[in-house]
Amino acid sequence: MRVPVGWLREFTDVPVGITPHELHAALVRVGLEEEDLHTFEIEGPIVVGQVLEFVDEPQSNGKTIRWCQVRVSTSSTGEGSSTGEGSSAGGDDVRGIVCGAHNFLVGDKVVVTLPGAVLPGPFPIAARKTYGHVSDGMIASARELGLGDEHDGILRLAELGLDPEVGTDAIALLGLDDWAVEVNVTPDRGYALSIRGIAREYSHATGAEFRDPALHVSPVEPVETPAGENPVPVTLNDETPIRGNQGCTLFVTRVVRGVDSTRHTPAWMISRLKLAGIRSISLVVDISNYVMIELGQPLHAYDLDAIRGGITVRRAVKGEKITTLDDQERTLDPEDLLITDDEGPIGLAGVMGGARTENGPSTTDVLIEAANFDPISIARSARRHRLPSEASKRFERGVDPEVAAAAATRAAVLLVELAGGSMDAQTWQVGEIADRDPIALPAGYVNAIVGADFTETETTDSLTAIGATVETTTDGYRVTPPTWRPDLRDQADLAEEVARIVGYDRIPAVLPTAPPGRGLTREQQLRRSAAQVLTANGLTEVMAYPFVSAAQLEQFGESVPAIRLANPLDGVADRLRTSLLPGLVSVAQRNLSRGLVDLALVEFGTVFLPDTAIVASGTALPPGDARPSDAVLAALDGSIPRQPRRVAALFLGDAIRKQPGQQAAAAGLSDALAAAHQVAHAVGASIRVEAAAYRGFHPGRTAAILVGDEQVGIAGEVLPSLAAELDLPGRVALVELDLDRLMELAPEEVAPRPIGTLPAATQDLSLVVADTVPAGEVLAAVIEGAGELLEHAELVDDYRGTGLEPGTRSLTFALRFRAADRTLTAAEATEAKMAGVASAAAKCGATLRE
Amino acid sequence: MSDPAATPHAGITEPAVAEARDAAFAAIAAAANLSELKAARTRHAGEGSPLAQLNGELRNIPAEQRAAAGKLVGETRARVTKAFEAREAELSAIEEAAQLAAETVDVTAVSSRWTPGARHPLNLLMEQIGDIFVGMGWEIAEGPELENEWFNFDALNTDADHPARTMQDTFFVEPEGSNLVLRSQTSPVQIRSLLERELPVYVVAPGKVFRKDELDATHTPVFHQVEGIAIDKGLTMAHLRGTLEHFARLMFGAEAKIRLRPNFFPFTEPSAEMDVWQPNAKGGARWIEWGGCGMVNRNVLRAAGIDPDEYQGFAFGMGIERTLMFRNELKDMRDMVEGDIRFSQQFGMVV
Repeated sequence: MRVPVGWLREFTDVPVGITPHELHAALVRVGLEEEDLHTFEIEGPIVVGQVLEFVDEPQSNGKTIRWCQVRVSTSSTGEGSSTGEGSSAGGDDVRGIVCGAHNFLVGDKVVVTLPGAVLPGPFPIAARKTYGHVSDGMIASARELGLGDEHDGILRLAELGLDPEVGTDAIALLGLDDWAVEVNVTPDRGYALSIRGIAREYSHATGAEFRDPALHVSPVEPVETPAGENPVPVTLNDETPIRGNQGCTLFVTRVVRGVDSTRHTPAWMISRLKLAGIRSISLVVDISNYVMIELGQPLHAYDLDAIRGGITVRRAVKGEKITTLDDQERTLDPEDLLITDDEGPIGLAGVMGGARTENGPSTTDVLIEAANFDPISIARSARRHRLPSEASKRFERGVDPEVAAAAATRAAVLLVELAGGSMDAQTWQVGEIADRDPIALPAGYVNAIVGADFTETETTDSLTAIGATVETTTDGYRVTPPTWRPDLRDQADLAEEVARIVGYDRIPAVLPTAPPGRGLTREQQLRRSAAQVLTANGLTEVMAYPFVSAAQLEQFGESVPAIRLANPLDGVADRLRTSLLPGLVSVAQRNLSRGLVDLALVEFGTVFLPDTAIVASGTALPPGDARPSDAVLAALDGSIPRQPRRVAALFLGDAIRKQPGQQAAAAGLSDALAAAHQVAHAVGASIRVEAAAYRGFHPGRTAAILVGDEQVGIAGEVLPSLAAELDLPGRVALVELDLDRLMELAPEEVAPRPIGTLPAATQDLSLVVADTVPAGEVLAAVIEGAGELLEHAELVDDYRGTGLEPGTRSLTFALRFRAADRTLTAAEATEAKMAGVASAAAKCGATLRE
Repeated sequence: MSDPAATPHAGITEPAVAEARDAAFAAIAAAANLSELKAARTRHAGEGSPLAQLNGELRNIPAEQRAAAGKLVGETRARVTKAFEAREAELSAIEEAAQLAAETVDVTAVSSRWTPGARHPLNLLMEQIGDIFVGMGWEIAEGPELENEWFNFDALNTDADHPARTMQDTFFVEPEGSNLVLRSQTSPVQIRSLLERELPVYVVAPGKVFRKDELDATHTPVFHQVEGIAIDKGLTMAHLRGTLEHFARLMFGAEAKIRLRPNFFPFTEPSAEMDVWQPNAKGGARWIEWGGCGMVNRNVLRAAGIDPDEYQGFAFGMGIERTLMFRNELKDMRDMVEGDIRFSQQFGMVV
């Protein structure tokens, strides 16, 4: 909401000389947040001048310029200096000015910008040589002054009904010295979308007097025609109210006859509208807008002669059409509320008027409409037709029903004053204003919720100040909110009003003591630990958007159903990720494009896994003001797809870069497996790997990650052809783990064994197996067979070649044996080793290498 | 046996002993390294060396001469042994020094198998905020990012026709009527906490939220919030202010303070916009718009089955990206979402 300060001053006492900063500071105290400052960005000297004579001079470029002599001062000591080119009539008082426009006559009073002036742009004005003359200033158009968009020539003051003295300061004359603050009005406070509302708030903030313009509608005595039958009878007929609310509860009309619609809007009105952010269109429309900004009541002005019969307010019929003021034909929805006459729709209620009954230059009789519409109905129509307007913005937030009649009259009075004619004596009103239900405010409640020490007087005074009536009851107050505050519905709303008016700065700071907490949960601790471990090991944490395309979903792994957004940011990435891997690929591509070629990326994030297709619920959501039953809550919860947390990493380029004495080591499967082990290590899980094959992965360099027999992830290298397609150079390794599941599978507590201190016996063991047998299986078999004496075993060599049968390999394991109660003999260790060999022979076909 | 030092002597004579001694001393002096010295020692002081042989002859000489001869040989052998030991220590020191010199590296050019990684600063900041509240006895609550509308809107007193519920602001899931949305705030976690936990409840919910904004320097469609809710008997806006002020001081220093301004949110009444006084801002202390807060709306309590006449409390929420921006003087939110590793690596493991 933009608030011209001159306008505000009409209804409250704003100090002369107040700065925009001070005005903003006052309004922010009552909850109107600072947004912006608007001025005309204009500087003088800009004065009223009178054209004394001119000569039309055709130019070689085809234009004809006017060389004008313009009187700009009545005294012989006027400001500025003569150009020296001389004038026929009066020394310094008269300026020679070159003008390109031709829409004026000798004797016209115009606006002259003298050298030194600055017009919006900024365009500084200086005496300059042009078309063979020195032009000592400029004759301004309305557009150049920032007053309008008209292109056709200079501004003739007579057109604005002005006949000021020559030399008068035109900036003040045209209202160009005013400025406006812009404040943010929260959606609950529609009344503040008016000068009336802002003046009331300014009064709350400062204690200045507030003069309600709705109570002082007419400063002049209007000429009225006698009352009689309503010339346009109105019927409210909403047969299908939305959510039980009548679309129109009040419809006020007033007729003004014999107006001259061709008259210009006065400068003061244009400049105020302009500062308020509204373009001047025509006198009748400008008056409607002016009254809307002033009182907050959207108005519509119909050409009375174009209305056929009476007016009916009703819902649209399916397929019905209207051509709106912007000349768009719109197909209506049965939920749209319409203003209709005997021939059909003449307005989309509260949103935009119809073209058929639009005012034009020939309009003489005007019907003013000031109605009150259901906020939800208007909001839905404005949204449906993508027509957010100044009117719909106000109706959506609620308009004071009591102001409708005052607004209709105010518009009629302004029409009579500015466009001539006379107003019908009677304001017609159909519908009624519902009484507000009083709210019980228990004594002490305000301080009990706000935690301040407001006095009872402060409480009642604040509520009275905002326009409520306050009656004392046995246990507190009965408060009836004013008609312009539909947002005040319960005692908490009233508490906020009191706190707002008295001041939020009166609320003290008290630190509450929470009951003893449990700290971080195990999962929260382990997730942090996993992130710390991976990043300490060289990975960089990133966060990709969860939006992916259908093609990205197909990149890796199983095809699983994905959730589709109804309104994605872009039409391509319209699914929710089922894996973190496509996001990591995108991030890798971005880094590569920036020349970062060695990457180790990790993301911790949620994936979205609908186990069944998402369907419409088919039932309405439960109301929000009561706890649904457990069954209903369970159903709501059950509608939500699984969203497990995962961790995924991507490795690309060199894992170890080339350095002095150190060869580069390319990233690969080993990095992906290491990351899997690091995560498992961080959360205390024991994982194992098995060769596996998945779409998008290298068939010979990919593993399933398992806990026991349950798969919890994948690690592998990207299929080279896919990597090339994705513009990822070299080997790319990926790993993705279901972190939630991994934490569930990890033992909650560690069960440590005693540490043996007796001497160990170490032996190496070489086994020959078919080279299709995984080393992991051989190792597992050895461990199982060797029994309890085997303390540790690891693979130290994998040999193929000379001395071995083709198709076989030799695996060498380092074994460490130890007994808890005695020093092992070599024989005992060998016996245990041979038991391991027997096991590996039985399970894997292994033979001892001689 | 060509070595003169090994030449057998007919008897223990002073010249013979002196000869053996001098030969040993010469060999010691000639040894350039420990292995030469070791060889020399074997020859001149080991078994079968001239001195050892002389020593062996002691038992063959008459008893009355034996004491003097024994003394001569014994003293000489002791001198030779001592000379060997001295030379050995000397050579050891020289060789060790030489080896250390040979092993010297340029410590500014030592290779490393480790590459530093980095946490994302937004996660670090959320963890830091979580820790502040955990330190006050609060707990960290979590909930799904894809939510049922009831938890995201209805239960939060946001009417079915509220503008936030349009396709322009919130991401909806197909088909129409699925009632599933990407949560537009972390507040549904608050509702879930109220529904699931015993009263009183003091929880914060950090997490990802989604709104239909185009990515630019100050907006991102996927961002992070932390919201807190406390429901207990007798909580007031004064407790809200006290909590925020404590939080602000731990985040921005002891001079930080909170200013509340009236505002509107469907889920709180009274509601406030909170500004924080940031004393440590680089360009000088300043007020920053930090987030929204207020007393939990009575309808929200009812939605969770709580009697608003018995329990009341407050809620607050702030954007993590925005907090990081003004806390660390960042100008462009895009850096936080693009995943350029250079961004996170500036932070490393701390924010």
